[in-house]
Amino acid sequence: MIELEALTKRFGAKTAVDNLSFQVKPGVVTGFLGPNGAGKSTTMRMMLDLDNPTSGTVRIDGKHYRDLSEPLKHIGALLDAKAMHGGRSAYNNLLCLAQSNRIPASRVGEVLDLVGLTAVAKKKSKGFSLGMGQRLGIAAALLGDPEILMFDEPVNGLDPEGILWIRNLMKGLAGEGRTVFVSSHLMSEMALTADHLIVIGQGKLLADMSMAEFIHQNSRSFVRLRSPQQEQLKDLLHAEGIAAAALPDSGALEVDGVASEQLGELAARHGIVLHELSPQRASLEEAFMRMTADSVEYQAHAPGAPAAGVGGQAGPADAPAWGAGAEATSKGGR
Amino acid sequence: MTGPATLPDQPPEQDPPLPETRPHLGHALASEWTKMVSVRSTLWTLGALVLLVVGIGLLAVGETNDPTGFTNPPHTAAAVFGLLVGQVAVIVLGVLTVTSEYATGLIRTTLTAAPDRARVLTAKYLVFAAVAFTVVSASVAVVGIASMIAVDSPQAHQTAGEWLAALTGCLYITLLGVLGLAIGAVVRHSAGAIAVMLGLVTLPPVVGGMLTMWDSLTPLGNLIIRYNAPVAIMQMFGLPTSEVGGLPGNWAQLALIVAVAGAAVAGSYAVVGRRDV
Repeated sequence: MIELEALTKRFGAKTAVDNLSFQVKPGVVTGFLGPNGAGKSTTMRMMLDLDNPTSGTVRIDGKHYRDLSEPLKHIGALLDAKAMHGGRSAYNNLLCLAQSNRIPASRVGEVLDLVGLTAVAKKKSKGFSLGMGQRLGIAAALLGDPEILMFDEPVNGLDPEGILWIRNLMKGLAGEGRTVFVSSHLMSEMALTADHLIVIGQGKLLADMSMAEFIHQNSRSFVRLRSPQQEQLKDLLHAEGIAAAALPDSGALEVDGVASEQLGELAARHGIVLHELSPQRASLEEAFMRMTADSVEYQAHAPGAPAAGVGGQAGPADAPAWGAGAEATSKGGR
Repeated sequence: MTGPATLPDQPPEQDPPLPETRPHLGHALASEWTKMVSVRSTLWTLGALVLLVVGIGLLAVGETNDPTGFTNPPHTAAAVFGLLVGQVAVIVLGVLTVTSEYATGLIRTTLTAAPDRARVLTAKYLVFAAVAFTVVSASVAVVGIASMIAVDSPQAHQTAGEWLAALTGCLYITLLGVLGLAIGAVVRHSAGAIAVMLGLVTLPPVVGGMLTMWDSLTPLGNLIIRYNAPVAIMQMFGLPTSEVGGLPGNWAQLALIVAVAGAAVAGSYAVVGRRDV
């Protein structure tokens, strides 16, 4: 169990992590999601007592990190696969960690076996591929047989086999009742791995809910319409009070929250030819982008701006420069 | 790599839970010892040191055997020529002991495993100092003993006091390395820390000499000429050093390096203890 309470980190005027409170519970894989620069790594570093919070606290099993006598036996972390000395063998890289936490040297062989690196145990780790480096980092995290595991972007740069391996590993660890906390900026990856989601944007908590709930709340369904009589169709929808967004390049319209049957019948009643009438479901990736883009928009524009036409493209394009957002925030603060 | 298929069948939990007790400095020392002996740079720097001190030392012993051109330094003085170059190897090893962790990012892994940063630093200082002092004094001893065996001259000598002075010189060089480690821990950058240390070791004789060009600055220049690393080392090994009279005693030289290194070490604890990694 990891508990964050009002965790805040400022670098000068920039607030990287803003009043973050959540709990990471055992037995499930908790995904920690946010766009690049959202403050995920900073948060994880504060969880591990590497960075000092400006304010707020983190507790690991109810204790401050510094009060854990042998932290590797409570929490194992993969922060950066390259965080090993390349000139040292895989075995020695792990041995010096084990010794500092009174972990028997035999355990080093066990974890190397577990991640499949036994054959290269005596090889210098600088010759390792990205995937092998990642496995070594995971071996280090598993060294103390900890109840809590933390992985920062573990699948970055891995091949499909490596990604599958890590995904199964995390699920297996959670299945044993451990706490598994994994960060990613890829919603699609989280959708396959995580049972619970914590989403942050610009250091603020945006969502803390189960994956099922997130899918239910955020997967947007819409209907795509294409017609040779597009202007007429637009006028009709407008007259009916149905909001339609025009896609710039394909000439199609997208309609939120109205059933395709209803739209088809409406067009038929008015004799409008339809070339396409297709119900669509936005991907979770889009849902995530909309969620994080909204958090940015909320600071920059007046609320009530029209919903982004296509979540995917609209999100990042609408995101203001950092300066604008910061200005809005500081004005609000005064 | 058979990891994926086997993992769910072999959960690590099946192992008996690892016993948990409060680790102490001894475990940090074991960890740092493993780090020290498991990288090639240790071998290179210490190997260079031994080669320089023993190699140049034995050449010097060979020359000293000619009784005509020989004044009267103790046997161990033959080691000083190699040491004046070899001190750089000690400094580099001291710096790398900590900066290699910052360069690779290993420092995060280290501090995650051992959040008591002071303990990690203490272990680094102790392991480095023990290794450096042992290797430096062993090299000096080899040269001294070789000289005692080879040099057959009525002027040759090595009193207990001269052995002690030589050991003080070894300690002085070790402390230069400790200073390098402390500066490395603060600046976190190998090249930066080594540059600072080389400046500290090589510049004072030059700067001191330049300052004596002005009458008003001469006292300061003479002070710098008397108190600096090369002069201190040569003096401790019993070599005549500079023309500037009134050289301080060995203990004064040692006290100075203890004070400087001690201040840097204290600073490293303060900085590393609270800095974001």
